[in-house]
Amino acid sequence: MKTLTLAVAAACIALAAPAVAQQKEWKEIRIGTEGAYPPFNNLNAKKELEGFEIDYGNMLCEKMKVKCTWVVQDWDGIIPALLSNKYDVIIAGMNATEERAKKVDFTAVYTKTPISMIGAKSITSTDVSPAALKGKAIGTQGSTIHANFLEKHYTGSTPRLYPTQEEANLDLLNGRVDYVVADKLALEDFIKGKGKDCCKFIADVPRDPAIHGPGVGMAVRKEDGALKALLNKAIEDSIKDGSHKKVADKWFPFPVL
Amino acid sequence: MRWCEAPGAWIGLEVLQNYGCRMISGLWLTIELVLISFTLGLVIGLALALLRLNGPRPLAMLITGYMTFFRGTPLLGQLFLIYYGLGSFRLFWQDVGLWWLFREPYYCCLLAFTANTAAYQAEIFRGAFLALPRGQTEAAEALGLNRIATYWTVLLPQAMITALRPLGNELIVMIKASALASLVTLFDLMGATKLAFARSFDLNIYLVAALLYLGLVEIIRRIWDAMERRLTRHLVLH
Repeated sequence: MKTLTLAVAAACIALAAPAVAQQKEWKEIRIGTEGAYPPFNNLNAKKELEGFEIDYGNMLCEKMKVKCTWVVQDWDGIIPALLSNKYDVIIAGMNATEERAKKVDFTAVYTKTPISMIGAKSITSTDVSPAALKGKAIGTQGSTIHANFLEKHYTGSTPRLYPTQEEANLDLLNGRVDYVVADKLALEDFIKGKGKDCCKFIADVPRDPAIHGPGVGMAVRKEDGALKALLNKAIEDSIKDGSHKKVADKWFPFPVL
Repeated sequence: MRWCEAPGAWIGLEVLQNYGCRMISGLWLTIELVLISFTLGLVIGLALALLRLNGPRPLAMLITGYMTFFRGTPLLGQLFLIYYGLGSFRLFWQDVGLWWLFREPYYCCLLAFTANTAAYQAEIFRGAFLALPRGQTEAAEALGLNRIATYWTVLLPQAMITALRPLGNELIVMIKASALASLVTLFDLMGATKLAFARSFDLNIYLVAALLYLGLVEIIRRIWDAMERRLTRHLVLH
């Protein structure tokens, strides 16, 4: 009996060992994304993921010769789910801020876009300073740099935080908030689509490096240095050989790097 | 240091120190939302139950429909229907002068919570009245009591004994369901917790929130025990 147990245990170890080695080589990567932030990542009507980050991520996977699967995760829990191993990397328009870098590691920056305020067409002033927006309701997605930005600088305004950016946009359309702040590109879709009759770009807001960080990167667990190196190389290659630009041009009206 | 930062500082939980004040104001908002909607629901629910039992047939059917809808669909769906659905008819609401109601997430929440809990409480009251023996009404009639006196002095006090526990359960359910307010931008206890977590990524803050909710529920349980003792003091139960 004892011999059998030992044999089984040995077999398990023998079987498990290559599996462990395989994981370290990263033949398979699970990518977490939000699926509600067009044109970066979005679930379309057919429940398929689409967007710049989906195309870009798939292209990087080809470059790295790994098999990738996408996992859709609500924004609020996107970092905790990475830490609890639901996927291996976050590609979801996440700005590489210092605050987040305490919990996760970021790859090289792969997009950097202006941050803008949009509002009703009837607004004539382009002044979006905290003093000008005193007493106004400003909407944005919760748990984002934009929410932190409002909390730090727009203390005289009423911040309204939504689970998704789409809901913030919808409330601007409904007239519940006076302004909405987010990545210019994420707002572009709304301004050209659903919001074309109600709303317009008011102005870009100045970046606060302490809050906004250097740009958008991919987030990995701190212990996955090998994965980070792999992704960094793929990002660097894609920028050098022009494939990043090719994908970006398909989705964005202006350069994002 | 403000007093609301003290508990966090005292137990050495940084996130609670940084967000203690927001958690406290969130807790207040939760209590406020639940107390107002539950109290309004109590009055409306009692009225609906009485009208359904004694009102004209078309009205009773209308009330049955209302109760079926609000008890049969998720509260989150009702909240979104009111907030995003009704909220999208701004021009109409402005015309009838009700936009102030649908503009504010606070009022939308109160409206959804009240409509929902009123339906549940109506069902609780209806069941409690139906459970009373018919002899109670007949005895009151024999004594020459009018309709109002019959309900107020004979039926309601007895129905309350049956209704009390389910009403307490409903209040507890409302406290927990009120976390939905955070999805329409209110910084209730859940909203404040989410905000604190988003900045700190410290899961302990959810534990703090859970303990606060648990504390609220425990307070209600004790109040309900006291109320039951008071209502049943003529019965030899204990």
